[in-house]
Amino acid sequence: MKQRFDAIVVGAGPAGCTCGYSLAKAGLETLIVERGKFAGAKNMWGGAFYGPTLFQLFPRFWEEAPIERYIHRHRFSLLTQDSSLSAEFTTKKFGEPPYNGFSVLRAKFDHWFASKAEQAGAIIATGLQAEDLLWDRNTVAGIKAGGDELPASVVIACDGVNSDLTDKAGLRGKLLPRDIKQGVKEVIQIPRHLLEQRFNLSGEEGIAWEFIGSFTRGIPGGAFIYTNKESLSVGIVAQLSALCEKKIGANDLLENFKQHPSVAALLAGGNLVEYSAHLIPTSGKAMIPTLYSDGFLVAGDAASFVLATGLTLEGANFAIASGTAAAEAVIRAKQKRDFSRKSLSCYPELLKQSFVLKDLKTFKKASLFLENSRIYSQYPELACDLANKIFTNDGKPKKKIWKLLKNSMKDRVAFSEILRDLIQIKRAL
Amino acid sequence: MSSASIEDKLANNKYDIDKEVHVSIREDICKKCDEHYCLYACPADCFKLTEDHITFSYEGCLECGSCKIVCDKDAIDWTLPRAGFGICYQYG
Repeated sequence: MKQRFDAIVVGAGPAGCTCGYSLAKAGLETLIVERGKFAGAKNMWGGAFYGPTLFQLFPRFWEEAPIERYIHRHRFSLLTQDSSLSAEFTTKKFGEPPYNGFSVLRAKFDHWFASKAEQAGAIIATGLQAEDLLWDRNTVAGIKAGGDELPASVVIACDGVNSDLTDKAGLRGKLLPRDIKQGVKEVIQIPRHLLEQRFNLSGEEGIAWEFIGSFTRGIPGGAFIYTNKESLSVGIVAQLSALCEKKIGANDLLENFKQHPSVAALLAGGNLVEYSAHLIPTSGKAMIPTLYSDGFLVAGDAASFVLATGLTLEGANFAIASGTAAAEAVIRAKQKRDFSRKSLSCYPELLKQSFVLKDLKTFKKASLFLENSRIYSQYPELACDLANKIFTNDGKPKKKIWKLLKNSMKDRVAFSEILRDLIQIKRAL
Repeated sequence: MSSASIEDKLANNKYDIDKEVHVSIREDICKKCDEHYCLYACPADCFKLTEDHITFSYEGCLECGSCKIVCDKDAIDWTLPRAGFGICYQYG
């Protein structure tokens, strides 16, 4: 007789590995199915990851996980065609365990994460695709994979933003371009000593640097540079619908960004080793699918658990926390020997108790606010223009800053618009 | 760094290209489409407009799903490559 699993987890990303790890640790017969040749082969992210959820699973994880650097400094820059205005934050604590954030590359990291689930007793099947769900009347009873039927009491879909299984379970509608941001990224190798010199880093210190400005041509989105050990993760995030409307590809925006004088100097002499792309569901609460049905749960990006607030774009923590909550719901169901919809209904309750649904509720108006194109063009231009007027010494009599500001605002943005945007910030963020 | 074309960029990636095509387009529908959103949505330049028709090559596909989401004519039959095939990120 074929082995019947307690749980099949589809996808070995942060959500799936967490869920599989927690289930196996609790003694459940768990199978994790991953379509890539190895866990991480199909996965990419920007590259900065903030640690508290992983810390709860694996205290001192940074000592064993393949971390590139710890994020010691955050820098934020507004760019125009040829100028930049930056702010930086660092604090001593960011440089001490348990650290605040890390730069991470997925191919290695997910591989490590999956090995933790395996050590806990989960079976990992890589190079295996969940092609369909197995049904017992209206209950999900396993998956079809590699031409085989694999029965299980419950299936947890952690198969990412394009979650085929969530669609097949009939739990979500079509994804809309407006709700999606496209991320494209280059990994650029730079000799370690040169990288540390350019970014003023020593030892394992790293920087997370985010940019908004004219390079996205008014398209909601931004750019990032994260420092790895001997490479940079350089990328763009841009709203998919706006790319189509403006008839421009994200790679063109990335090239715009890379050619900015302040950026080009950082990348000079670098060697491109990988070009990747991925979608991010950024409309938050409004796009969350139905999270469970009989014998079925959805977690991570598949459930659109991503928090976008403009300054942060956070998915991995939500994936890990939702993987934990899904595992807890399944463990409870196993104790009751009842995997029905009713029995699994504790899943959203567990998510509401954690930051996952709390944060998405708090910031439910953020995505609409972040469509405001003034954020990406007029405000960066205004700020750089004002800084230019303040710092340029042209030998002429100086004007008061207030006058300069009024002058910079002219033809760009009206007081009434700034006031309206401030009110929106209060409401949304 | 000098600006590289998408084709040059993709040449750095590791793929295990399947003989089986995983994404196909309905050329009859694409012919009548004015928007061609796929051209701008695809980060791997898999869609090309030549004269009056769209062509698609699947080899460089990064499996992101953008084309399927932006096509409002349902002209794209989108699936993932068979397990073990397609893009194989070494960094991610």
